[in-house]
Amino acid sequence: MSDAPGILTHATVLTGRSLLVSRRNVDAVITSMMLPVLLMLIFVYFFGGAIDTGGAHDSYVMYVVPGVLLLCAGFGSATTAVAVSEDMKGGIIDRFRSLDIDGTSILAGHVVASTVRNLVSTTLVFGVAVLIGFRPAATPAGWLAVAAVLLAYIVALSWLSAAIGLLARTPEAAGGFTFFMSFLPYPSSAFVPVDTMPGWLHGFAEHQPVTPAIESLRGLLLDQPVGDTPWLALTWAAGVLVVSVALSRVLFRTRTR
Amino acid sequence: MIEAHGLTKSYGKPGAGVRVLDGVGLRVARAGIHALLGPNGAGKTTTVRILSTLTTPDSGSARIAGYDVVADRRRVRRVISLTGQFAAVDETLTGEENLRMMARLTGLGRPRARQRADELLTRFGLVDAARRQVRTYSGGMRRRLDLAAGLVGSPEPGVFFLDEPTTGLDPRSRRELWHVVRELADRGATVLLTTQYLEEADQLADRVAVLDKGRIVAEGTPATLKSRVAGHRMDLVLSSREAYLRLATRAVHHSPETLTLGIPTDGTAAHARALLDDIDPHRTDVERFSLHSATLDDVFLALTTGTTEAPAHV
Repeated sequence: MSDAPGILTHATVLTGRSLLVSRRNVDAVITSMMLPVLLMLIFVYFFGGAIDTGGAHDSYVMYVVPGVLLLCAGFGSATTAVAVSEDMKGGIIDRFRSLDIDGTSILAGHVVASTVRNLVSTTLVFGVAVLIGFRPAATPAGWLAVAAVLLAYIVALSWLSAAIGLLARTPEAAGGFTFFMSFLPYPSSAFVPVDTMPGWLHGFAEHQPVTPAIESLRGLLLDQPVGDTPWLALTWAAGVLVVSVALSRVLFRTRTR
Repeated sequence: MIEAHGLTKSYGKPGAGVRVLDGVGLRVARAGIHALLGPNGAGKTTTVRILSTLTTPDSGSARIAGYDVVADRRRVRRVISLTGQFAAVDETLTGEENLRMMARLTGLGRPRARQRADELLTRFGLVDAARRQVRTYSGGMRRRLDLAAGLVGSPEPGVFFLDEPTTGLDPRSRRELWHVVRELADRGATVLLTTQYLEEADQLADRVAVLDKGRIVAEGTPATLKSRVAGHRMDLVLSSREAYLRLATRAVHHSPETLTLGIPTDGTAAHARALLDDIDPHRTDVERFSLHSATLDDVFLALTTGTTEAPAHV
């Protein structure tokens, strides 16, 4: 018998598995990556002309890219819920458990794979944004902060999505749940300035978890003052991540009783 | 190798739940094939899930190779291999990829995992399909791959739990799987398989435990069980209601609308002749008869209603 492999080995092998599955379902992956790009084009070319962002930005594309990046993270993470739910439906979780594989490493495999997919789609969004006139002016430190905020949100949303996958009874239900999650950037400053929204929405729109991420990304990318928004964004992401990991541990235990 | 005492398990709300296991005791002393026979809902899967550490019992205890399934579950997991009712393989991956992944999850390095996967593909007759996605496999191939995947990291000979391994397979695939299971046992493994087919238990198992409503109702070699329960059933169509009522107590199967009674028999000509003479000495009561193999229902009826030893007392 070989030595008992640890959580790291399990998570690494299971990440490889999820990525291999993504490569086999490449059409589905491409569709989920095209969606944010299409939305960006729609916002910039269809709506952009009609939206006044307050004059601080040269063009709407300069304003909207951070929102699209967050939207992209939401869409990209949503597939994790479906994948986790598919696993729970079949017998593979029992097999994993009989091999003494911890629930957290199973989910970690899904989350890391989701992060890799998200990095590809984020790069794609950046690329298309530059093609249609997005000209970031971030400093090297700013770029580092952009990467940190995006990575933190992608990991946090992916793990939240994994928890939703455990909560849902069917993969279809899991897909439906995450659909709502990907709407979270809309009531924020992602696409239009908050002060153009009805007054009762301001409170939510200014304080919801996506807002500091968008504010900090926008500031960093355009090299404008960001205040403490990057820290606020990272705190939100850390909070969501901690809650999601704890929640998914409990859910995993109850689902596999 | 396998020892269980007084296992109970209920699902649902306390007090209003369904009692799935009601004091299951099992003792598998040596290697070989052991069948847990029972109808749907008897508690077969729950028993296997408890023995393979996936579920904890409400009360009672079980040991596998001397290790307690609750307290020493880690150790138990290193001895056992489980193949559940639902295929535990990845549909979008190839057979080869599935086995390599399982091998790596058990801690083998890449080259060793590759080697182990190749060995198992050869042994389970899957070499030609190795590079095809599992979604293109037939039911039998999928089952064999599933079994192979369960075997990847287990030291042989170990303890194997197979939950209804042939359910849903065509007769040919079923035979192929039986062959694979026998081979496992020949290598010294202890196999506990669940089945709802009497024939399967008969063909494959050295010993059979019959599970009904969460309890073991009979245990022994297939031969002893068969001597307790007739292997066949003779269905008699009777000429009158009086004859039907007079003979009803001897029957394991009743169908009053058609005046048909099913009576256990061992299926030999001698017994059939003696049985007909005994039941109908004046040759007026029985109009027609038909003979068929006892179904599991008959066996259960016989085991739970006490109409056993049918062939013996005629």
